[in-house]
Amino acid sequence: MKLAVWTYEGPPHVGAMRVATAMKGVHYLLHAPQGDTYADLLFTMIERRGERPPVTYTTFQARDLGGDTADLFKDAARGAYERFLPQAMLVGASCTAELIQDDPGGLAKTLGLPIPVVPLELPSYQKKENWGASETFFQLVKRFAVKREGPAQGGAPRCNLLGPTALGFRHRDDVLEVTRLLGQLGFEVNVTAPLNATPADLARLGDADFNVVLYPEIAETAATWLEKNLGQPAIRTPPIGIGATRDFIAAVAALTGRDASALLHSMPSNQPWWSRSVDSTYLTGKRVFVFGDATHAIAAARIAREEMGFEVVGLGAYNREFAREVRAAAEHYGCPALITDDYLEVERTIADLQPELVLGTQMERHIAKRLNIACAVISAPAHVQDFPARYSPQMGFEGANVMFDTWVHPLVMGLEEHLLAMFRDDFEFNDHAGPSHLGHGGGKAVEPTVAVPPQAVTETVPATISWTSDAEAELIKIPFFVRGKARRNTEIFAERNGIFRIDVETIYDARSHFAR
Amino acid sequence: MTVLNLLARRAETAPAARPLPTEVLRQRGQREVFCGLTGIVWLHRKIQDAFFLVVGSRTCAHLIQSAAGVMVFAEPRFATAIMEERDLAGMADPNEELDRVVAQVLERRPDIRLLFLVGSCPSEVIKLDLSRAAARLSARHGPDLRVLNYSGSGIETTFTEGEDACLTAMVDLAPVETATAPHLVVVGSLPDIVEDQFRRLFSAMGLPRVDFFPPRRAADIPEIGPQTRFLLAQPFLGATSQKLEDRGAQPLRAPFPFGAEGTTAWLQAAADAFKISPAVFNSVVAPGRERAKRALARHRETLQGKSVFLFPDSQLEPSMARFLYEELDMRPIEVGTPYLNKELVSCEISRLPSGVVLSEGQDVDRQLDRCRAAKPDLTICGLGLANPLEREGLATKWSIELVFSPVHGFDQAGDLAGLFARPVTRHAMLGV
Repeated sequence: MKLAVWTYEGPPHVGAMRVATAMKGVHYLLHAPQGDTYADLLFTMIERRGERPPVTYTTFQARDLGGDTADLFKDAARGAYERFLPQAMLVGASCTAELIQDDPGGLAKTLGLPIPVVPLELPSYQKKENWGASETFFQLVKRFAVKREGPAQGGAPRCNLLGPTALGFRHRDDVLEVTRLLGQLGFEVNVTAPLNATPADLARLGDADFNVVLYPEIAETAATWLEKNLGQPAIRTPPIGIGATRDFIAAVAALTGRDASALLHSMPSNQPWWSRSVDSTYLTGKRVFVFGDATHAIAAARIAREEMGFEVVGLGAYNREFAREVRAAAEHYGCPALITDDYLEVERTIADLQPELVLGTQMERHIAKRLNIACAVISAPAHVQDFPARYSPQMGFEGANVMFDTWVHPLVMGLEEHLLAMFRDDFEFNDHAGPSHLGHGGGKAVEPTVAVPPQAVTETVPATISWTSDAEAELIKIPFFVRGKARRNTEIFAERNGIFRIDVETIYDARSHFAR
Repeated sequence: MTVLNLLARRAETAPAARPLPTEVLRQRGQREVFCGLTGIVWLHRKIQDAFFLVVGSRTCAHLIQSAAGVMVFAEPRFATAIMEERDLAGMADPNEELDRVVAQVLERRPDIRLLFLVGSCPSEVIKLDLSRAAARLSARHGPDLRVLNYSGSGIETTFTEGEDACLTAMVDLAPVETATAPHLVVVGSLPDIVEDQFRRLFSAMGLPRVDFFPPRRAADIPEIGPQTRFLLAQPFLGATSQKLEDRGAQPLRAPFPFGAEGTTAWLQAAADAFKISPAVFNSVVAPGRERAKRALARHRETLQGKSVFLFPDSQLEPSMARFLYEELDMRPIEVGTPYLNKELVSCEISRLPSGVVLSEGQDVDRQLDRCRAAKPDLTICGLGLANPLEREGLATKWSIELVFSPVHGFDQAGDLAGLFARPVTRHAMLGV
């Protein structure tokens, strides 16, 4: 057993729901007890979908367990087919149904439904949501995709975009942005899947010349199969950030023998200049902690370091499947890697590191809010406010613009940071006012407190170190957005130098010691 | 004035109260409802030194998190012991594993005085005996920590039945009665502010002693015995009610305290049991009742004559339908409930107009067909259905707010009506 307070990923059948809900003409028959329908609200509330997910739950109860849950399944399957008339049906079990071993795939076969039925085996007690989405997409691709007969049609080379699902972080807009980008390079998108694809569309996957793996967590398994069985090469560079978008364009150009130098030269994004303009000087060396799914976290770390001029002080991911890639990236940036799905461990790490900006999931947003640290969301799991009405991709040139704005917004603006430091003793113009562009409460100068009980926090500083009241008063004069760091650095300095009582001198000694 | 008098008086001015409809529509199919684990979301805020440990799967953890949503802000006093392959394959002793996880929880939260081991669908299916585990852990960590168990599994409980199961388990911890005179216990978790309002009213009537169950702290579980008179504040507490009766406590049956009328009738039941004089009762109740009526009048302008369709969710539906019909002049079309406890809600149902369809259980697809055909002015339903129905042009109210917000009593009557009026007003306002 594993103690979990909050989870980053749902069970694997929720991953299957993300694929089924993304597609058209697919229905998912889920053998599940009463209550598992909660998953519908993820789609209808968080993503604001105006249709129910295409899922029928058999809804068995305790009284059914002695009787025939298999008949219940068959009735539900027949009923769902007649009501929804899908082109294909996915059948599977949720965690409880897995235990009663009714074999949904076998049962569905006996019904002789006049449509393809794809059975899913998603081991709920071993695997999680992303794996479930990946496996479901792979099973669908394997079932429907057929190899192209004869030579390629004339005209522009074509590709498939693989991986976008329902409830994906900005998948809707990434698809538009990457489609536009490929169009500028002269390529047509043959099929985008699973988002908005039908089973018939999956049958046409083979018509493309190559595949683009937008989200490796979901599409890598399918892309590998297509490579092996249909001979389609894959582009595996998610174009998140200017550097990665350039790499993506170069990879596509190299694969297809096209000249992409015009697009690479023109660089239609504001982000590079916004980053070079003088106001952004104040972004230099800001300490950021990055956490999310591996793909988004690795991409964000690169943008943070190379395109924003931040210092990456920690990099992590909750999906162990991509731990190797995350560790390699962390090593590159010279920071520790954190591979965990334990929310409390992430919270402790952030509290210890005292970064100035957290780039994470909605969970890290809650942590950052508690610790009074600026935060922007870069990855699923996301909350309703991370599904904006406006066009807001993460990928491509526009994605780089979106991320510049989103990440800089929670920080104190450049010139303002300078003024706050200059006038920090002014009775009206001081840091208690907080950043001027964030409404009331946006930057209240509250001492960061960790909401977890003290014994849960890894203390890095012995409790024997104390502060004089003068030193405490001096610390308050330091702007709130660096106060946590100053406190921590001073204590570390004191510990290393055998100082047990921190006075004003210690603060300034520490400051000169740590000065960059 | 007794409840009966009140009903009789209404009968003169309102359409005749009728006997309980014998026809109850029962269909079998997909149920779009939460399981009993969801109750942890409000129970853990209510009992401030209790911790709820679900013994279940990743799905259970994901459910509570999805239902709790914004509550990530607080340090939660609930968690899930997620069973993994090795627990099921017999490679690990589930009892040893559970003991280890409980030790982890207690190390983190030494302030916990009451620990609930909450059974789930998978733990019930593999027949993990949580009552033995609770006894073992109580012996090990007691007497400062008491450990109880109940099942919030979807195969046994629907949404609010989780609270019923939790309170039923808690009755075991109620001290033996020492009182020699009747005393009142209000049963069902209420927001603290509502509890305080009721406490003031009972005290002004002159009731000697009032306790609330569940209490805010585990040590304050009221004593239960033959001198106990109890009022249910929630209609979904059938098993708790039975367990209290088994201890000799006497139930005071009444409509539930929603709106001006419901609250008056509910308070009246207590007043009658404690022989409070009509003059005292009226003087205590009148100000709150008038405030409630004034607050309702505003919303009645928006809602009167409008039709309403209730999907099953929390078992509060018969009470809500009564409130919407009687106090806001709405027209209920169908009143769905996951489970119809006739003994507890007959006084609500008997006050509904003729022609209302009463349905128990659910086949959600067929119920949606009926709802679409009826084109109600307002549909009260769960979060999974609300946006899809809005997209089809229907105004909806999420029923989950009825258990998450303070809605009981005189001073919340206006807020309760406001929950229903807001979507209707919004539909009228929007020009996009």
